[in-house]
Amino acid sequence: MSADVPSDGPLLRAEHVVKHFPVRTGWFPGRAPTVVHAVDDVSLEVHAGETLALVGETGCGKSTLARCLTRLHDVTSGRVLFDGADISTLSARRLRPVRRNIQMIFQDPYGSLNPRRRVGSIIGDPYAIHGLADGPERKQHVQELMELVGLNPEHYNRFPADFSGGQRQRIGVARALALRPKLVICDEPVSALDVSIQAQIINLLADLQADFGLTYVVIAHDLSVVRHMSDRVAVMYLGQIVETGPVDEVYDRPRHPYTAALLSALPVPDPDLSDARQRIILTGEVPSPINPPSGCRFHPRCPKAKALCVEQAPPLAVSALDASPVHQVACHFPVQAGEDLTRLQSFEGVTTE
Amino acid sequence: MTGSTFVDEHPAPAAARDGGPARVAVEGRGPWRLAWERLRRDRVAMISAAVIAGIVLVAVFAPLVAAVTGHPPDTQYRENGLTPDGLPVRPSTTFWFGTDDLGRDLLVRIAYGARISLLVGVAATGLTVVIGVAVGLAAGYFGGLVDSVLARIVDVALSFPFLLFAISLVSITGPSLTITVFVIAMFAWASVARIVRGQVLSVREKEYVEAARSLGASSLRIMVIDVLPNVLAPVIVYTTLLIPTVIVIEATLSFLGLGTPPPTATWGGMLNDSVNYYREAWWFIVFPGLALLATTLAFNLFGDSVRDAFDPRAGRGST
Repeated sequence: MSADVPSDGPLLRAEHVVKHFPVRTGWFPGRAPTVVHAVDDVSLEVHAGETLALVGETGCGKSTLARCLTRLHDVTSGRVLFDGADISTLSARRLRPVRRNIQMIFQDPYGSLNPRRRVGSIIGDPYAIHGLADGPERKQHVQELMELVGLNPEHYNRFPADFSGGQRQRIGVARALALRPKLVICDEPVSALDVSIQAQIINLLADLQADFGLTYVVIAHDLSVVRHMSDRVAVMYLGQIVETGPVDEVYDRPRHPYTAALLSALPVPDPDLSDARQRIILTGEVPSPINPPSGCRFHPRCPKAKALCVEQAPPLAVSALDASPVHQVACHFPVQAGEDLTRLQSFEGVTTE
Repeated sequence: MTGSTFVDEHPAPAAARDGGPARVAVEGRGPWRLAWERLRRDRVAMISAAVIAGIVLVAVFAPLVAAVTGHPPDTQYRENGLTPDGLPVRPSTTFWFGTDDLGRDLLVRIAYGARISLLVGVAATGLTVVIGVAVGLAAGYFGGLVDSVLARIVDVALSFPFLLFAISLVSITGPSLTITVFVIAMFAWASVARIVRGQVLSVREKEYVEAARSLGASSLRIMVIDVLPNVLAPVIVYTTLLIPTVIVIEATLSFLGLGTPPPTATWGGMLNDSVNYYREAWWFIVFPGLALLATTLAFNLFGDSVRDAFDPRAGRGST
């Protein structure tokens, strides 16, 4: 199915995507509207067959970005191009054929399945909505899908409540794959699952990617999962991408202090190494996306912040330290190899606001 | 959990098809089935359901009651149905429940009155629920301007003086069954709309609604297939509790002469006729009153049981 993707150009391309949510201040008009800057000027590309991971803390806007990419949210500004066509302004009717090619796997296996419908009817939904198969034919498709994701096809007539979390997630995967999409966006596909089940689902997703040539955008906050699953990674902080590049490159040579801090929190399996390792402890909380900090949004918590960081937002670009053009970082003072950020806890004359 | 229907994490289709030692039910029991099974086990629910069924039978077979007694509902028995002073006669083998002030058979009239009560109860409740669910679904699902406009209409409907409206409307159109149903529905739909809207607001944010949207489902499909079944439980509970309220309202309107006009037998109308005779003819006020009481009590108890069946945690008698 995915063989007909044009080899040139990315499968999905986001250009300066901005998503603001107005906060209701009251019934009466006239007051200045408050706005949550959930996603602020994000550009990214996803190429056919690869897996891009979006990582970041809770509330950094990665789920919102995913919902903008699938048009579950309308973007405030910017464009989303799928297969070269702008889908951010399509009408609901024109969007329907595009939806067949972009599917989503959700985080909560309990919330993502309608508790009052039978599993067969849930997985058969894509066929019903797009009028593709009916009656016995649809049932056959559904049972093939159930088999494909490792469910017993005889459980066709059960309700979601009869299944465990991991099985429910398999149902969600089957539903997403029913129409043989080109792009699957996985919003924290395993974070709600037991650790022992996580590996099963990750392997299932990997097998399906190999079998059907799927392209994944995976949202996660578990960095080990990301390293295992993805080819490229984009690190988000407060609605912006602060660093992006091939996953090994970013993990081995993080350039952004935030990425470095995130990675330093990764547990190390070797206890000796674990003791020797230096954790970078970030001070303070993630600032409110209603009123993000000036300049670089990370500056109030950054161990390397200088006056320039308060004044000027750094663009996402290849740093002077990297030769590879695919590794980009948004930082005035990128981290150098071997640099010890733990010594730099005090700010050098930086005042926030 | 559902006990026997729980299945393990590692499904092995081949093994299951071979018929392993512990074959589990392939058919799941849905939330509706579970509620129904809880209701079946509830003794109060079954007794009140039997009472309701009895009243429905009496209403349906009211002509049979008339045939058995030999007394049509509107025939006035001036010779044996009234005392020489012109008062109702007490219960006897001829008139089992006695007669009314015009010498008509009270039993037959109560049977026919059940028809009006149940008809209005079901029709007005049905109309109420249809309007309320439609408005509540639209307001909750679309939100924004649609919600604001509908919410204001609901506010107006809830603050309307019901009786004054009923009296003035009837004074224009004259009393009739249709007007009764219409008047009741016009005032009751707003509370249903509010309940539904509140439920829709929470269901709308569920991931399965997002999943349906990302599959390309239309708003109508999502509302009917994904949202409606998940907001229906409180609507069903409210509906079973609304029927007795509507029956009482109908009786009130008939009592005030705003309901179905005489000579059609209605329980409210009979109660109104009886108030002048309660010293001389206790049966005249007691039997129609008991009929009304039994009906509303049965519906209310059944409604309580339905609520318990849908929400087992609430439990009966909890405050």
